[in-house]
Amino acid sequence: MSDLEQFRAETREWLQANCPEEMRQPVRGPEDHCWGGRKWQFQSDAQRVWMERMAEKGWTAPQWPQEYGGGGLTPEQAAILDEEMKRINARSPVSNFGFWMLGPALLKFGSDELKRKHLPPICRGEIRWCQGYSEPNAGSDLASLQTRAEDQGDHFLVNGQKIWTSYADKADWIFCLVRTDPNATKHNGISFVLFDMETPGVTTRPIELISGESPFCETFFDDVKVEKDAVVGELNRGWDVAKYLLTHERNNIGGEPPGYLKGRALGPLAAEHVGTENGKLADSALRADIARLETDHMAFRALVAKVRAEAEAGEGVGALSAVLKYYGTELNKRRYELMMDAMGAEGLEWESERTQGGMFASEWLRSKGNSIEGGTSEVMLGIVSKRVLGLPDA
Amino acid sequence: MRLNDEQQMLQDSVARLMADKGPVSRLRELRDSRDEKGYDQPLWQAMVEAGLTGILVPEEHGGIAFGLVGAGLVAQEIGRNLSVTPFLSTAVLGATALSTGATAEQQSQWLPAIAEGTALVALAVDEGAKHRPDNLSTRYEGGKISGDKLLVLDGHVADLLLVAATDGQDIALYLVDPKASGVTIERTIMADSRNAARIHFDNVDAEPMADGAAALRAALRAGRAVLAAELAGLSREVFERTLGYLKERKQFGRLIGTFQALQHRAAQLMIDVTMTEALALQALDACDNNADNADAQVFAAKGKAARTALLAGQEGVQMHGGIGMTDEFDIGFFLKRARAGGETLGDANFCADRFATLGGY
Repeated sequence: MSDLEQFRAETREWLQANCPEEMRQPVRGPEDHCWGGRKWQFQSDAQRVWMERMAEKGWTAPQWPQEYGGGGLTPEQAAILDEEMKRINARSPVSNFGFWMLGPALLKFGSDELKRKHLPPICRGEIRWCQGYSEPNAGSDLASLQTRAEDQGDHFLVNGQKIWTSYADKADWIFCLVRTDPNATKHNGISFVLFDMETPGVTTRPIELISGESPFCETFFDDVKVEKDAVVGELNRGWDVAKYLLTHERNNIGGEPPGYLKGRALGPLAAEHVGTENGKLADSALRADIARLETDHMAFRALVAKVRAEAEAGEGVGALSAVLKYYGTELNKRRYELMMDAMGAEGLEWESERTQGGMFASEWLRSKGNSIEGGTSEVMLGIVSKRVLGLPDA
Repeated sequence: MRLNDEQQMLQDSVARLMADKGPVSRLRELRDSRDEKGYDQPLWQAMVEAGLTGILVPEEHGGIAFGLVGAGLVAQEIGRNLSVTPFLSTAVLGATALSTGATAEQQSQWLPAIAEGTALVALAVDEGAKHRPDNLSTRYEGGKISGDKLLVLDGHVADLLLVAATDGQDIALYLVDPKASGVTIERTIMADSRNAARIHFDNVDAEPMADGAAALRAALRAGRAVLAAELAGLSREVFERTLGYLKERKQFGRLIGTFQALQHRAAQLMIDVTMTEALALQALDACDNNADNADAQVFAAKGKAARTALLAGQEGVQMHGGIGMTDEFDIGFFLKRARAGGETLGDANFCADRFATLGGY
C-alpha cells in the first residue's frame, strides 16, 4: 500500500470512529455552522465533541504546521481528508475568519511569536476572529482608510470607525487595518494590527440590509489600547498583507449560487411556477433568458475549469481572479433576477410561512451585494483592463 | 480541458499555415477577383498535404482521425485569419456524415477522396430563412428527391451533395450527384464573401445511406461544435486587433485606451471571448468522449460563440471608429463573417431553444 493509500485507510477509520452521527446530517441552515470562540454556544454535545476531536488531530486546519496546532498535512493528504469527510457527509468541525483570512496572513507575514500566540487558539476553536478593513469613507478606495493608531511609546492608541465588519458582535479578536503614519503616501502608512474586541473603547452595532438582518456591523474604536507587538509584518507595510488577503477573499467569491438556488436548476424551477405549454415554459421570453443565463454559466464553468487546470500546472491565476470574481457575481445576480421573474407574486411574500419569512426576496436582494463586496465589478474591470489587457492609466 | 502535446503541436502548425498561406488579404483577393471557385485553392492544397482535409476521416480510409478537438483547433485558426476553404463543408460536415451513416461502399468511394483532396462535399439542409432541420419539405420517394435548398456551403463547387429529405417518416441524408439531371444550382455569394448556393432538385436520382438520419444528426452536431471554435478564433482576433488599436489611437491628446468607458468594454469583451474559447473546446472534447451532455454543450457553445462573435464584430467596428467603417480596413470582414457563421447551422436563438428543451424546460 502506498503512503497515501495508507493515510486514506487510517483517516477513514478514524473518521468512522470519531465523527458523531449527528455531525453527518446535512446542514439545515446557518445555525448548524460551528463558528467557535469564547461566546460560542454549542448547539449540541456532538458539535462540541466533533470540534474538540478534530482540533486534537490538528484537522481543523489540516495544512497548517503542527507546531501551531494544525495537521501538518501535505496538499495531497488534505485532499484525501476532504474526500473522506465528504464521503460520510461530515460537517466542517469549526470555521471562521481566523481560518480563512488571519491564519494564511500570519503564516505568510507573521513573526514566530505571533504565530505561536494566535494560531493554536484558532485551531482549537477557542478564539473567533473578525476583519476590520472597510470604513465609511474607504470602500473601493480602501487604502484611503483613516482609522489611526498613534504611537504612545509602549502602546498604540486606536481611534476611528470600521464598517462591514462581519460578525464583529460575536467575534473575540479583530485583525484590523490602521493608519500608523499619517504623513506617508496612502499605501505606505498602513499597518495590520491584532487586538481583543473586549478591549475598553470597542463598540459594535449591527447593520440591517435591504435584505433584512445581516452579520455585518459597524465597529467603533475610541482610545483603544493596542500592544505594539500586535503588528503583523512590518510597521507601515500592512497594505502588502491586506492585498494578499483580498486576493484570497476574491478566490472564495463567485461561481455557484448559495442559498435556495444552490444545486437547483432554474428552468425546471421556473416551470413549477409559470407552467408549461407543449413541454416548454409558458413564458417564452423567460425561457430564452434562462437558457442564455445557463449557457453563460456553462461557459463560465468551462473557464473556471481551465483556470484551475492552469493553476495546478503552476501557471498561476493572478489577475484572472478578478475575471472570475466579476463574472461569477454578475451571473449570480442575473440568476436571482430570473428566479424572481419566475416566482412572481409567490416570491414577493415577505412575511409568510410559505416563504419562510421572505427567503426568496431576501436572497434576491442580498445577491446585489455580491458585485460590491470584495471589490466592486467596476474595480474588477479596472484591474482586468490594466493588469490583463495592459491598457494605460489616464 | 487542456490540450495534450499532440493537439498543441497541431495548433501551432496550423496557426503558422493559416497566417502564412490564408491571411485576410487572401479573402480580399478572392472577393475582388470574383474568383470562380470562391475558395483558396493553394491553401486547400496545402491543407491536403498537411493531412487536414482528412482530420475526421478514419485511418482505414486514408485520414488521420484526429477527432473534433483537432478539427476545432483548425477552425479556430481559420476564424482568426478568415481563411477561405471548404474545410467546414467537406472535411467536417461531409466527412462526419459519411463516416457515421454511409454504406461501406459509399465510404470507400468518398472518404479517401476527401482525405486526398480530390472531392468536395456539400450538405444541403436549410430551406428557408432559418435553420429548421426537423421541419423539411424536401421529399425522397422511390429513389428520387424533389425540393429546394439554400445556404448550401460550397454547393456550386461540390462533387457530391448530401441532401436532407423526408420520406414521410424520417428525415435523413441522401447522396446526390450535382451533375445529375434535374439539379439546378445557383451560386449565392454571401455577405461574408463565402460560397453558398441555392439548389433546386426536380425528381433527381438519390442514393440512401445505411443510416442517413444518424449521419445528419452527427454532421449537424460536429458542424456546430466546429463553427463554435471558428467563431471563438474570430472573436479572439477581433479583440486583439481592437485592443491594439486602443493602445495606438490618440484623440483629445491621449490614447483612447485610457478612457474608462472603453477599458471596461474591452475587459468585458475579453472575458466573453475567453469563456467562449473554453466552452467551445470543452464541447468538442465532450463530443470526442461521447459525454452524456455533449448535445447540450454543443448548443451552448454554438449559441455563445454566435453572440460573442457578433459582439466582438460590433465592438471592433465601433472602437475603430470611422476607419472601421471603410472597406479598405479589414475589421469589417470579421463582422460579416460573425453574422454569417452565427446564422449557419442554427443561430443563438435556435441553440437556446434546443438547450432549454434538453434542460427540461
